Amino acid sequence: MFSLNDLLVMVPELYLTAAACLVLLFDVFLKDDQRDATHWLAIIVMLGAIFLVIHGQTPETVTAFGGMFVRDHMAEILKVTVMVATILMFVIARPWLKDRQLFIGEFYSLAIFSVIGVMLLVSAGSLITVYLGLELFALPAYALVALNRESKLSSEAAIKFFVLGALASGLMLFGMSLIYGATGTLALDRIFAVAGTTPHPHLLQLGLVFLVVGIGFEFGVVPFHMWLPDVYEGAPTPITMYISTVPKLAAVGLAYRLLEGGLGPLAADWRVMLAIMAALSLIVGNVVAIAQKNLKRMLAYSTISHMGFLFLALSNPTAEGYSAALFYAVCFALMETVAFGVILALGRKGFECDMIDDLKGLNRRSPWFAGMMALAMFSLAGIPPLWGFMAKVLVLKAAIDGGMLWLAIVAIICAIIGLFYYLRIVKVMYFDAPVEGAEPLQAKPDFVLRAVLSINALGLIVMIGFSGTLFEWCRAAFGV
Amino acid sequence: MIAIPLSWYIVFATVLFCIAIAGIFINRKNVIVLLMCIELMLLAVNTNFVAFSRFLGNPDGQVFVFFILTVAAAESAIGLAIVVLMFRNRRTINVGEIDSLRY
Repeated sequence: MFSLNDLLVMVPELYLTAAACLVLLFDVFLKDDQRDATHWLAIIVMLGAIFLVIHGQTPETVTAFGGMFVRDHMAEILKVTVMVATILMFVIARPWLKDRQLFIGEFYSLAIFSVIGVMLLVSAGSLITVYLGLELFALPAYALVALNRESKLSSEAAIKFFVLGALASGLMLFGMSLIYGATGTLALDRIFAVAGTTPHPHLLQLGLVFLVVGIGFEFGVVPFHMWLPDVYEGAPTPITMYISTVPKLAAVGLAYRLLEGGLGPLAADWRVMLAIMAALSLIVGNVVAIAQKNLKRMLAYSTISHMGFLFLALSNPTAEGYSAALFYAVCFALMETVAFGVILALGRKGFECDMIDDLKGLNRRSPWFAGMMALAMFSLAGIPPLWGFMAKVLVLKAAIDGGMLWLAIVAIICAIIGLFYYLRIVKVMYFDAPVEGAEPLQAKPDFVLRAVLSINALGLIVMIGFSGTLFEWCRAAFGV
Repeated sequence: MIAIPLSWYIVFATVLFCIAIAGIFINRKNVIVLLMCIELMLLAVNTNFVAFSRFLGNPDGQVFVFFILTVAAAESAIGLAIVVLMFRNRRTINVGEIDSLRY
């Protein structure tokens, strides 16, 4: 049975659900030229949710609905980061959407519903909440990928995303049913208590394998990465930006809740699986990225390799490993936003600026954007002293402390291979001449977009000074 | 009355699940078949949950099944909408012809 106190624990989620319906309704009564109102309403709604999450923060972990819903520091950090990433996406996407007649209210309400799914997912305390959060996140995301109804590529990306996403959640559900059979409960803390002493350890291990496959799909690590490049390339660029940030943050929460919160006693089994997946994605991601001509596709393979790095941290099942993974995911989300933001800002209707050749001589045509792109590339490549470097160091340290020295060596070799394709972008922008008769870039990028993108990019530099604080937060999230 | 043992249910659900997975990978004809396979996969999981729930004497699994059924309905709605969209854009829903996005 539940009481009013249970509802108070999940005020941000309830508020955001009501607000998402409000945004949807509000938009119905607007004329096409008043659509900006929806845009600002959506941003205000998200800012309100951030306020509620931070305001409702308590030092101790709170559970509601008999442990189905858990509110702790990790969930709060992930929720705030997800909402900041979504607001950035809203702001950066507006001129892009207007330019292509895709500036519709559904974009905003679908994105907010998807964020609610992520919030439930990272706060899940039971297999039911995990599944519902995952689906509530994924279903609007499928629709968002198909947002551009005229585009063949967009609908193809959507069907691939849908089929593979549904397959992944089906596999995960099958694992959940086996775990339920082995432990007799759906609550993650109960599973944790029973997992060590269950009379059916093999059933539990089989369930674990299916869960790890589902988590691997969610992250997009090799060998479950097939959907990622196609969806990145085919989806409208603002949605690619969303897919490249929010699900990765959500997946960190998912992995922590399921693997540590539920199946912690089996850590010896799953850390080896994660380590193998990490090594494979580092190798495949970095090597295949070299061969790409499409910038979005290249960033997709770079994402795969970054998820390999993230798994490096998760393969060390201690608070140190999880906090490194959380830190990595937060840094990665902000770096990806800058990279995709520049692609979004430079394109215009009929020209997406998503081929690497389109960036040739960008420094001469638009030095500020070239600078931001270079910053994002250096950061993603992990050049000291940028954020990407610190995140990589922490992750490597976690892996070595966890006794995975071989994995750390593989990761370093792959990071050096990865330098090639990041630096190629910088070379193309600064040292190549613009192609004769190149498509003109977006003549006048929107002011708000430029301002926000610049703040985000400068943030990558300024925040270097605060990375100690951020890392302390991440450590506090896991009680260190 | 002879009771059917739990293992029969589990074997049955696993076979259904494998048919669904095989259907997704072998099918080269029609996207609708993919949607049917996804549905079959979820039903296999439901069988598992109900069987475990019955034999453990714990109703949680059956509650989960309600949620899975509901989500499955929403999922096929979205899936069919995307299939309609794809047919409008390409005039085909042949799986073999969905190949514009590749290396």
